[in-house]
Amino acid sequence: MALINIKIEGISYQVEEGQTILEAAKKCGYEIPSLCTFNHGECNQGSCRVCLVEATGARGLVASCVYPISDGMEITISSPKAVEARRNSVELLLSDHNQNCQQCDKNGKCELLRVASITGSRELKFSGSHSETHLDTLAPGLVRDTSKCILCGRCIARCENAQGIGILGFENRGFDTFVSPAGDRSFADSPCIQCGQCVNVCPTGALMEHSEISLVDEAFKAGKHVIVQAAPAVRAALGEEFDYPIGTPVTGKMIAALRRLGFYRVYDVNFGADLTIMEEGTELLNRIKNGGVLPMITSCSPGWINYAEYNYGDLLPHLSSCKSPHQMQGAIIKSYWAKQNNLKPEDIFVVSVMPCIAKKFEKEREQLKVNDIPDVDAVITTRELARMIKRAGIVFDKLPDEEWDADIMGDYSGAGVIFGVTGGVMEAALRTVYYKLTGKEKDEITFTEVRGHEAGIREASLDIDGTTINVAMASGMRSAKILLDDIKDGKSKYHFIEIMGCPGGCINGGGQPYVRSCFLPNEDDDIMETYKEKRAQALYKEDEGRPIRQSHNNPQIKELYDKFLEEPNSHKAHELLHTTYEARVGFNEIAN
Amino acid sequence: MGKINAAAVAQIESICARYKDEKTPLMMILSDIQNEYGYIPLEVQEIVSQHTGISVAEIYGVVTFYSFFSLTPKGKYVIGCCLGTACYVKGAQQVIDKFSELLHIKPGETTDDGLFTLDALRCIGACGIAPAVSINGKVYPKMTVSQVNEVIASYLISEEKGQEVTA
Repeated sequence: MALINIKIEGISYQVEEGQTILEAAKKCGYEIPSLCTFNHGECNQGSCRVCLVEATGARGLVASCVYPISDGMEITISSPKAVEARRNSVELLLSDHNQNCQQCDKNGKCELLRVASITGSRELKFSGSHSETHLDTLAPGLVRDTSKCILCGRCIARCENAQGIGILGFENRGFDTFVSPAGDRSFADSPCIQCGQCVNVCPTGALMEHSEISLVDEAFKAGKHVIVQAAPAVRAALGEEFDYPIGTPVTGKMIAALRRLGFYRVYDVNFGADLTIMEEGTELLNRIKNGGVLPMITSCSPGWINYAEYNYGDLLPHLSSCKSPHQMQGAIIKSYWAKQNNLKPEDIFVVSVMPCIAKKFEKEREQLKVNDIPDVDAVITTRELARMIKRAGIVFDKLPDEEWDADIMGDYSGAGVIFGVTGGVMEAALRTVYYKLTGKEKDEITFTEVRGHEAGIREASLDIDGTTINVAMASGMRSAKILLDDIKDGKSKYHFIEIMGCPGGCINGGGQPYVRSCFLPNEDDDIMETYKEKRAQALYKEDEGRPIRQSHNNPQIKELYDKFLEEPNSHKAHELLHTTYEARVGFNEIAN
Repeated sequence: MGKINAAAVAQIESICARYKDEKTPLMMILSDIQNEYGYIPLEVQEIVSQHTGISVAEIYGVVTFYSFFSLTPKGKYVIGCCLGTACYVKGAQQVIDKFSELLHIKPGETTDDGLFTLDALRCIGACGIAPAVSINGKVYPKMTVSQVNEVIASYLISEEKGQEVTA
């Protein structure tokens, strides 16, 4: 790309052409405050007017997030005119904004509050009408509060880009405009998969997860035996909430923190992941052997399950009947574990810490109850766990590294750890399938051909002792749709497909810490491109360091089958660890 | 989607098919549906979404953005009162208020008998005859508050006689 000469604040710079003023200025060491723009033009409405600067050749002030640089352009960020214009833009946004910041869970991570601080918007000089508030708290996963919305459109772009389903859109016009699922419906009454990708990009608190911290508090108050289980992807990102560089695994400190929060047992969902592999691997081999429905598709991601039930009702027999790992583990806690500890299931309260918002919906499913008792009682996100840790006055950095509880259950293999990244479930399953087919372990344990950390489709063909297994991995529903349409058209050549709801898998789930370069001054400029890989590496590293790396070699899993479940896919296993699905209609309750 | 009969579904599908080679067919499809049925409810938007691949939320956004499109059925007679600058300074607000008062509906609403819809329009380009009112395409120039009753009555009388009001 050709270089051109520009001046910023009178100083000459050579920059690549084709960039916006905002991008070029960033490379030259200036941060122009901005709100609506996101991730290199993923969203670029130029609507918030917070990034106004002076530029020669332009009439008046220009929005630097959309205005392209040109040769010889002189840009002024600091002129009184530009400074005042940016302040006015922010004050105008604030004039129609719910300002109960102290009640907002986004406080501390709110980009609007940050630009208000940077631009010195302190006076609230514009008073006037407030637009009508639309509040949606019906969905178990997420909450929408338009009184905090600045109409930037990031959520709309993310839903369309990542999932291809475009649940959100602008409604009405002018001052009455608001962002909503069609017809001002609840997320619960639209075919929203509740993945929470929109929550991850919202600059304010307009879109948030449906917090369940109070449910956990209530359980403690009621004197229940509150057991916590944490998913693999949480440890790869929780540290970010405590200013660790992205990609720092904080497993030991997280366990220590959970213990100090008063949980009766602190378990790793990886045990459940190992259990899932035993069940799912066996199911796959049985389907291949007995001419069952193929390709079989993984069922760990509740966002994906929601998508399948809304959009591909006729493909549901392709889904593995396995519950997701934390649901399996919850079912075991409330049956086998409860019995071993002489406790009644109703006195146990299981909390899952998840990188996921759709898990909040999943745990409510009728199909995931055993004798009317839910497997899991509350789901909190990585972000909510960080809030609980801070609330308790725990200084995360000073915590010692501790180990998971491992009585009866809790030991885990490296295979369980990598569930958190796209391709991980596949690799974990292949390690066990290889053993089952050949009777021996694979020399080189890893299946690097299935690894990745981005959205999109990857495929591999494996020859295991004469049996060819064609596999494919997709994350994000936009990618998954391609594989699903092939199955529908009878063109799919795969035996086994892994689908994850969020692009990149759980490491990039809707409940993970927000990644915003403006809040990460110590990360590299390209952190928006590299954070998924960094989080994935944290999990692969933990896998490498585990003494046992295949689910079938986990001694406690063997013991569980010996003493309780008998064998994978046994009658008992089906009762506790497997589930069913049901096609759903997206807009089934149309009002009017 | 149970409320839409098969014939209507087929017609909406044929409207979508009409513009299948267009790069941006949405406005044309919605205009045709609006003209054909007088409104574009959510159920119909779903059908359009399935055929165009455009999300329902986006279609709904377009329908609610342009005042030409309607989510609810419009009346037999659509009274459009221009509230553009010229009409406004010539007293258009009082005219629309009078319509509102006599028909017992607010702008944007339809009478219970389905006869009249009252719409507030922005400049219709007839500033020379301000304030202008248009009813199903027929333009009433230089409207005054005192004429409003008479205009409504003319439609009610012709309704009783069973004939259309013509220009």
